[in-house]
Amino acid sequence: MTFRKYLVLAGVTVFAAAGDSMLSHGMKQVGSVSLYHLQGVILAVLNPWIAVGILLLLAFFASYMNALSWADLTYVLPATSIGYVLLALVARFALHEQISLLRWLGIALISGGVGLVAGGEALTSHGHHKSPPVAKDAKDEAAESEVASAASSGAPR
Amino acid sequence: MKHLYTWSGILIVVFFSVVGDILIARAMKKVGDVHELWDRCGLWAVVGRVLSRPSFFFGVMAMAVAFFSLLFALSWGDVSLVAPAAASLTFIGNAFAAKIFLHEKVDRRRWIAALLVAAGVALLAG
Repeated sequence: MTFRKYLVLAGVTVFAAAGDSMLSHGMKQVGSVSLYHLQGVILAVLNPWIAVGILLLLAFFASYMNALSWADLTYVLPATSIGYVLLALVARFALHEQISLLRWLGIALISGGVGLVAGGEALTSHGHHKSPPVAKDAKDEAAESEVASAASSGAPR
Repeated sequence: MKHLYTWSGILIVVFFSVVGDILIARAMKKVGDVHELWDRCGLWAVVGRVLSRPSFFFGVMAMAVAFFSLLFALSWGDVSLVAPAAASLTFIGNAFAAKIFLHEKVDRRRWIAALLVAAGVALLAG
């Protein structure tokens, strides 16, 4: 894991949390959108909170795909779920919302899960796919070099 | 009857979310580490490689279906049940699917992490 990769994981977390909050703030301003009045959707997209929220969610998706290119899905999903905890802490300390005991328990469970997975390996699937062919290649090379050395040692005779 | 609708809605959302995540993860594994590719060939090479993977498009389509079925499920059931149940079951479904379809080594540590996060999300959003 390099610093750049930690930055990508932080991006997944922060962009998702910020994008969702902006969308929900914007949708509260716009009001409910009905399937029968789809022009409401266009009105919603013109709301600056929603427009910025959509941009942030695009940034989330780009960093999510970036992370999946070098880490397992079962690593990225738990590791970035720390975003739920961040949102709850923002709600508590910036927006002064009350957090029930059950929610604190939820925060503790998620943090535990994040800690568990973050301590382990990021990528296992590549090794799983590639190690047999690599081993085979190495063996083939060894066999080839044996043949070559046999041939070269045999050549003078 | 309402329960049946709500839970089938939740399961449909979970199914398409998992399919979307697995397909996107598969596409990105095929593309390979984008940092290396970016450093070697530039950003447009990365974009071109991603767009040339069919599983990327199917993944995005599955995620769109999941999003719209979530909207329908929310109109059938309570937000306080549908949203956390779908999010939390998606974590567990993804762990199973990643083991089967992506051949990830989901060891005991990762199972426990997935279960803890799933339980935590259910508590937090419930």
